[in-house]
Amino acid sequence: MTDIVTAVLWLTGSAFALLAALGVVRMPDVFTRMQASTKASTLGLACLLIGAALQMGDFASFIRVASIGAFILLTTPVSGHVIARASYFAGVPLWEGTVLDERRRDSAPGTRVGSSEHDDQNGPSDAGNHG
Amino acid sequence: MLDAISQITLVMLGLALLVAFIRLVKGPTLPDRIVAMDLFGVLVVGLIVVLAGWSGVRATLDAAIVIALVGFLGTIAYATYVERGDPQ
Repeated sequence: MTDIVTAVLWLTGSAFALLAALGVVRMPDVFTRMQASTKASTLGLACLLIGAALQMGDFASFIRVASIGAFILLTTPVSGHVIARASYFAGVPLWEGTVLDERRRDSAPGTRVGSSEHDDQNGPSDAGNHG
Repeated sequence: MLDAISQITLVMLGLALLVAFIRLVKGPTLPDRIVAMDLFGVLVVGLIVVLAGWSGVRATLDAAIVIALVGFLGTIAYATYVERGDPQ
């Protein structure tokens, strides 16, 4: 029984990890790549960790696996947020199908948001023109 | 049964590493490569955990903890470098 649960969890986790890698390759933008990587790899790694903890069945290894899981679950959103913030402020271009950039219109002075010449035609009113 | 499942899992994780390596080589900007390196850290932690659960060697979990820590710190350092811009 434990073997079956471990097998299902490991296959699910490795499938999610492979989907995360495929998303990192196939997505058109830094930000979409970042969200594909963080979300899918977090769920995949959680499945792999639960499967390994079931397979070992030891208290010491369970503590270590739980600490790895807690650390990954805490740090992956933080690292994703930091990467997105840094790449946005560094002027990495968004995908051309992006419908909403809430940061561009009312950027505070002093931040490194690059261009201000698109202020008139892009905004929340532009969201219905795509598709 | 679990041996075959473990081998399939390890092959899929290695394939994920190879696919992420495509983005690491090809990525047009530096944040793309940072995302690929962050995914590398998570995938290597998953590989080590599956190896530890398959073989029963518990000492490799400590290596997984260390790799998770260092990967997070490396991502934060790279992002700080990108946000600060070129030193001039």
